[in-house]
Amino acid sequence: MFQIRIHGRGGQGVVTAAELLSLAAFREDRYAQAFPSFGSERTGAPVVSFCRIDDHEIRTREPVSEPDALIVQDPTLLHQVDVFGGLRSDGYVLINSTRSFDELGLGEWTQGFHHERLLTVPAWDICRRHIGQMRPNAALLGGLAALTAVVSLESVTQAIESRFAGNLAEGNVAAARACFEHVIAARQMYVDA
Amino acid sequence: MLEQLEGSRAVARTVALCRPEVIPAYPISPQTHIVEALSAMVKSGELAPCEFVNVESEFGAMSVAIGASATGARSYTATASQGLLYMAEALYNASGLGLPIVMTVANRAIGAPINIWNDHSDSMSQRDSGWIQLYVESNQEAVDTHILAFRLAEELSLPVMVCMDGFILTHAYERIDLPSAEQVDGFLPAYEPRQVLDPAEPVTIGALVGPEAFTEVKYLAHVKQMQALDLIPELSRELSGVLGREQDGLLRRYRCEDAETIVVALGSVLGTIEDAVDELRERGVSIGAVGLKAFRPFPLEDVRAALGHAARVIVIEKALALGIGGILSQNVRIAIAGSAAHVYTVIAGLGGRPITAASVCRLCEDAAAERLQPLTFLDLNSELVERELERTRARRRSGPHAENMLRDIGVVAAGPV
Repeated sequence: MFQIRIHGRGGQGVVTAAELLSLAAFREDRYAQAFPSFGSERTGAPVVSFCRIDDHEIRTREPVSEPDALIVQDPTLLHQVDVFGGLRSDGYVLINSTRSFDELGLGEWTQGFHHERLLTVPAWDICRRHIGQMRPNAALLGGLAALTAVVSLESVTQAIESRFAGNLAEGNVAAARACFEHVIAARQMYVDA
Repeated sequence: MLEQLEGSRAVARTVALCRPEVIPAYPISPQTHIVEALSAMVKSGELAPCEFVNVESEFGAMSVAIGASATGARSYTATASQGLLYMAEALYNASGLGLPIVMTVANRAIGAPINIWNDHSDSMSQRDSGWIQLYVESNQEAVDTHILAFRLAEELSLPVMVCMDGFILTHAYERIDLPSAEQVDGFLPAYEPRQVLDPAEPVTIGALVGPEAFTEVKYLAHVKQMQALDLIPELSRELSGVLGREQDGLLRRYRCEDAETIVVALGSVLGTIEDAVDELRERGVSIGAVGLKAFRPFPLEDVRAALGHAARVIVIEKALALGIGGILSQNVRIAIAGSAAHVYTVIAGLGGRPITAASVCRLCEDAAAERLQPLTFLDLNSELVERELERTRARRRSGPHAENMLRDIGVVAAGPV
């Protein structure tokens, strides 16, 4: 089973991100369970959502406390919420930021993790360019596909197209592709280095 | 057809396939997505003929359902928490009059303290209201059980509550096999009421009954509800054939044939419990689980058959009967009265506290080592309780417990010290 936890703020599509990811996994004929952290969600307040993906039926209903992958949609949460809590030592992290882990003050924290699995992507820039809305949820799923291969980029884009229509769908698909490309390039730099 | 769907939407689409003719509803979390989706289907004409009635309260919702059902219309509504309490008087009327209304309860805690998260306090508070109560473990089971509920309700002319865990199920996206309209129509015939308000053949539904017959009318209501103990397994077998999916009937047994310890629970926590059972079995612990689908009527004989051989029965329940402890466990104790099994009551998951497989495993190991108390509160923060008790001892005007305790754990920072 692969478990993903998504952190963001109310209005950034955190719950929709988990839903889209579960749709992408469903398209690959896998079992997926997506659910929000059930807070009284308000615009701007910290929000968490979860997604589990497996080849078998998923029975557990507890929140994801030891994620295999984390998406942080809003970098201002990093020093406000314990976003990394329970992350497995072989886990993946994708943060929406133009800065590196070191620049974010997380250099020391990254000790003990696989560095090539910890990446930042400038998702705000990508959203601005492709969607015109500051909602990085779908874009970051493209990044997650590149980082973890837990779902394919095609499944992510199909999930986006099944959930949204028109310009919104096109923009989010383009943003997901851009994030995917960014992560592939960033990982290549690790391999080359 | 297989789809990846939110639980609420899956239930709404299933209810629509059951062709309700009147849906009166009032929104309350976590039930709202269900009736929102249904109202959209009525507006678009996808669900027709059907009247969606925006009412002023839950009391109004049940009252409209009662009126509609009495005129021979298939009626459905959904609610949760304080909403269910607000319709309490009408609930007794629906069951007392024998009206086959189907209602989804998206289980949620009851305040105070105000809390929107999941537990079973709401439906448990209405367990003796005369409604049949069915609890579901997954969204697939929620879908299938709603179809069963309409048929069961109309066969017996009794109302049925389908209880599904709020948020945990209603807001979860998972793989659902939605039945086709043909499948549902094949199982659920058009509603033929056993009693109906018809000007051509006048009857009184709701006559005043004095001491001369009140006991007999109530007794008959009990007898009718008990008939569900035969009818639920019968209809479940038929529905299994129609849907091509095994339906559980009154209860579900999981690896409990030879189990020394059996965990009993209702609703979605069974999935987590089944995972814990597998983990403990791997460690050599002789353990199984029983999930009750039917809570009212209570399947005494089936529970006795499922638990009779166990040395220990751990009842995990998401509701608290203040002043005594467990509710489900009281019923389980009646079922296995006379057996040598130790019955433990574990209150868990109140107000949305997660029930984890790790906690369930620890609980079962404590029971096996005879360390478990007869009444246990899972993952209780005793230190937090002690601090508040200390304050109440130290000062008479120690203030509201809820705020004091929130301040202790740092959720409320402001306010008087």
